[in-house]
Amino acid sequence: MTDLAANDPLPKPKRDIAPILLPIAVALLMIPLIGSTSSWLTLTAASLAMGMMIFIMASGLTLVFGLMDVLNFGHGAFIAVGAYVATLVLAPLATSIQADSLWTNLAVLAPAALLSMAVSGVLGLIVERVLILPVYGQHLKQILMTTGGLIVAEQTLYALWGPQIIPMPLPTSLRGSFILGDVAIAKYRVLAMLIGLAVFIAIQLVLNRTKLGLLIRAGVENREMVEALGYRIRRLFLGVFMTGSALAGLGGVMWALYREQVHASMSDDLTVLIFIVVIIGGLGSIGGCFIGAILVAMVANYGGFLVPKLALVSNILLMVAILMWRPRGLYAVTSR
Amino acid sequence: MMILSGDPPRSRILTLVLVVIILALAATPFLFPGAKALNVAAKICVFAALVASYDLLLGYTGSVSFAHTMFYGIGSYAIAIALYGMGPNWAAVATGIIVGLPLAALLALAIGLFSLRVAAIFFAMITLAVASAFQVLALQLSWLTGGEDGRSFQLPELLRPGTVLISKNLFGFEVNGRILTFYLVFAVSALMILALLRVVNSPFGRVLQAIRENRFRAEALGFRTVFHLTYANCLAALVAAGAGILNALWLRYAGPDTSLSFSIMLDILLMIVIGGMGTIYGAIIGATIFILAQNYLQSLMGVASKAASEAGLPLLPGLLHPDRWLLWLGLLFIASVYFFPTGVVGRLRHGGSDKGRGASH
Repeated sequence: MTDLAANDPLPKPKRDIAPILLPIAVALLMIPLIGSTSSWLTLTAASLAMGMMIFIMASGLTLVFGLMDVLNFGHGAFIAVGAYVATLVLAPLATSIQADSLWTNLAVLAPAALLSMAVSGVLGLIVERVLILPVYGQHLKQILMTTGGLIVAEQTLYALWGPQIIPMPLPTSLRGSFILGDVAIAKYRVLAMLIGLAVFIAIQLVLNRTKLGLLIRAGVENREMVEALGYRIRRLFLGVFMTGSALAGLGGVMWALYREQVHASMSDDLTVLIFIVVIIGGLGSIGGCFIGAILVAMVANYGGFLVPKLALVSNILLMVAILMWRPRGLYAVTSR
Repeated sequence: MMILSGDPPRSRILTLVLVVIILALAATPFLFPGAKALNVAAKICVFAALVASYDLLLGYTGSVSFAHTMFYGIGSYAIAIALYGMGPNWAAVATGIIVGLPLAALLALAIGLFSLRVAAIFFAMITLAVASAFQVLALQLSWLTGGEDGRSFQLPELLRPGTVLISKNLFGFEVNGRILTFYLVFAVSALMILALLRVVNSPFGRVLQAIRENRFRAEALGFRTVFHLTYANCLAALVAAGAGILNALWLRYAGPDTSLSFSIMLDILLMIVIGGMGTIYGAIIGATIFILAQNYLQSLMGVASKAASEAGLPLLPGLLHPDRWLLWLGLLFIASVYFFPTGVVGRLRHGGSDKGRGASH
């Protein structure tokens, strides 16, 4: 041990960069396998865009689990609700969607996304108070309650909007691709990447630069200690839960636009994907969640291109491989 | 008492209800004529066994698995593919059983070894992921499974509706191959439920409950918890595959909707929670209530929905539409987890008070 002088900066914990290098290594490894650089670039861009969307949806779930040990099996419901609420704004304003002007389009999309986030967030408040609070600390009942919540939410959506698939066309200015030489990158994917990065940076800034973030990170690591210091962690948790739900709603809108359709069953498929991401990343870790989302998207895109048959089970294989390497996910932040 | 493994229902009303259900099921071919009643009765038998096997996991070990329909589907598909490929003979039935059951057990072993070491919550998520991958796989391997269409097949001669075993003029009832199949389903389901009752009341079952109550302590007492949990997982998978075999035999069909879909998993969860976790008897009650509701409540809702739309009420017609019956069951599910977590059986056993040993912690 070396002695520290009074003015020396505190020793920083070693940064664990192996997980960060992993997606980069995967991407580089794929260049020779895919062969053509232009398809590689297209696929990489697609992976990043898909990964960002998944990250937006999964980030809330992982924080909620890390902070309060609550696993919300109904998280997918917020995604579907977000997508459906967006149709409320987008359907009556279809003319502005079809207008060939980026700003007109965004002027419609932004309020739609905000409304979705607001509704999902309020729904999160209700779910937390009604479904999770009464069974707080009992894992089995939490899983059952939130699964019940998922059923009710899905059925209510069907009752209100009908069981059919609702089309959700992309705005005109976001259709098509940017062409750089022989590389084509869909415009909407660029937007998705930008939003995803913005959300990631915002979450990182809040978590690492504010007192609120300090409390959340401390709560993830050791809840009792934060409570012992006199902070009302339940209120903190409620805030995180609502934010997570709102982000899931935003992710739902983005995903619906990506697929250009809305259906309540989208929550089922995405729930599985999100769980895999959260497990891979390590429960409670935002950085791990980010890397996990990109890895899952990469496996889906590269895998779908190289061996389409394998794409079905590729996510499971990825999960198994990661858990063999690090049994508690890429970053194990909780002490549980 | 021997046959119930020394674990009687322990409540007069519960005993009465169970006896009524079992007698009604046994007498369905003679009491309630018509194909629908027989279908409902067969489905209740199959699901009672399936839910009881899930109870071994959820109620007795406290681990939530979302892969239970996968094992059910393996059983269904094994017998369907065998009978479809080898023709309607008993060798095909035997092949389906010999392939299906070990396959389910092996897969359960693999999942168990991989994920039961970690927390219950990991197990739930991993089983969900594996089950959904399996579902996609079954849909994609259409040369084997028939894809979305599934596989229809013929039963061996003896079990066909055309085979008359006892003609009508003997007792006034015709006993044909269909009714024989029903009794096969009934008897095998009953045997499986009794076997599960035996398992949960054995020393092994006690260890499972100890693990449920306090895994750390069970481990400290020297029990190899991973071994016990994996073993329970394999047993449950075996019974689920058995129920799947019965289901396929009854329907003469195996397809994604009837034997693999995620909605069956939710149905199982609803049945077990409504019936009562950790009791095995709850499975019978839950399956009966749920399937009766599924088949008869829906028509009632149809009437109500129509009345509401004629009265010009907003929203209600949509909410009461027969296809939305899961909404109401979902609400019932939440309410029962919240207000009576021990389910119908727990309620009846403890006379309405929750003082008794809750089975759902």
